[in-house]
Amino acid sequence: MAKATPNVLAVTGNEAVAEAMRQIDPDVVCAYPITPQTEIVQLYAQLVADGKVSTEFVTAESEHSAMSAAIGAAAAGARTMTATSSQGFALMWELLYIASSYRLPIVMTVVNRALSGPINIHCDHSDSIGGRDSGWIQIYGENHQQAYDNCLQAVRIAEHPDVRLPVMHMYDGYVISGAIGPLTPLEDSRVREFIGPYQPVNPLLDVQHPVTVGPFDGLHGWYFEHKVAQNLAMERAYQVLQDVADEFARLTGRQYGLIDPYRLEDAEIAIVVVGSTAGTTRLVVDQLRAKGVKAGMVRVRVFRPFPYHTFAQALQHVKVVGVLDRADSFGAQGGPVFLEIRAALYDNDPRPQVLPFIYGLGGRDIFPHDIEQAFGVLDEAAKRVRRVSTQRRYLNLRQGRGLEHERK
Amino acid sequence: MSRETRRRWETAEAPNWGPENHEPGAVIPAAGNSEEVETGGWRSQKPEIDTASCTGCLLCYFYCPDASIIIENDRAVGVDLKHCKGCGICASECPARAITMTAEVKE
Repeated sequence: MAKATPNVLAVTGNEAVAEAMRQIDPDVVCAYPITPQTEIVQLYAQLVADGKVSTEFVTAESEHSAMSAAIGAAAAGARTMTATSSQGFALMWELLYIASSYRLPIVMTVVNRALSGPINIHCDHSDSIGGRDSGWIQIYGENHQQAYDNCLQAVRIAEHPDVRLPVMHMYDGYVISGAIGPLTPLEDSRVREFIGPYQPVNPLLDVQHPVTVGPFDGLHGWYFEHKVAQNLAMERAYQVLQDVADEFARLTGRQYGLIDPYRLEDAEIAIVVVGSTAGTTRLVVDQLRAKGVKAGMVRVRVFRPFPYHTFAQALQHVKVVGVLDRADSFGAQGGPVFLEIRAALYDNDPRPQVLPFIYGLGGRDIFPHDIEQAFGVLDEAAKRVRRVSTQRRYLNLRQGRGLEHERK
Repeated sequence: MSRETRRRWETAEAPNWGPENHEPGAVIPAAGNSEEVETGGWRSQKPEIDTASCTGCLLCYFYCPDASIIIENDRAVGVDLKHCKGCGICASECPARAITMTAEVKE
């Protein structure tokens, strides 16, 4: 095994995560092995077949069953991982709530892709954003390196005694999952050291201390108290997310936070964005800065728990904030991330304007000039005395109510 | 695991636990405690055993879905009314017609 590992590998996002999973070598991986499953599980199956990992690999007949098996494995006391995407995530729905309410530290990779219909296999955030109330911690990565780094950190966050919640980490379908990008992996031994041995709580397989998992709570039971306990764990997770990120930074030099700001310190207009579009937005910010426009950006890294305090502080001085949502909440005032940001900034004085933008649904491309157009809307709004409409602005929508219909 | 050695789960103080002191994930951290929970409350009829007619075939014991027939010296001698739900299967199955269902009278 004396093989020199190159410092930087050229991999797909899925290969990056499969490599992280190989290094984590979880006790159990349960997954549905057919589309909409991604390459991650295919690559992992090969690692299992080749004896490169010691994982018990369980293929199930659906994602509903895959998550059920993952819950069973985690309750038994196994470090458990799975992966899914799109419709598969949707099919896991009721089990997502079971995993979090049982406080099982399952780690799941979700490759962000659209939900039908019309049938569409491309990137947007409708799948995992829809699961925001399921009690899972949600971490969104921007690129290949973050997909790998978040996967490793997710294990530590999920298993932390202050948290004990399942964690899903995401990255953009195709843009990251299928495209090749750079990855600097850690050595196997350093990963093992970082994640440490697994310490299960109340495992079913500890036959000397038999327990019951998943009982009926009774007609006048403690359901309410258990739900409050889940939220308290979410609140403690802010600190754990940061502590794990800091420890990871000491190991790798790559520092992560709850949010990922860029040129925000003196920004007058700023865009909030999730996922790979942050890269394009940075480019546009730099171009606008060169022209003297005080533009900035924040990438949402952690969506659950939502770091509303951190956002309120980071955007305190910004006049107009545009939120780019790659999913919609039909009938709501704007996209899901917009709603969170607008609520987070409500108590700020002065209160910034927050405007909703929808982009990239079903994999619709987003170009620098689309983001420049969005910044243009923010710049216009910043110059006005009165607040502008909070109607949705659609970026790169073909015809209809695009930016050209902006109310004067 | 014998009754003597199994771990107890003290829940008398549960109303004062608040959200933080329950077992995470609503796990019941001890085994064999379902018999401590009274489940016979919805019974409208209860079985009465004529012990003189009992032949000791034990069919009532094996048919009872709640293991509520009390057996002593190979004979049915009574019913665990904390768990009996009054389904009447025992009375229906008894070949000696030694079990009759009577109306449950509640105070």
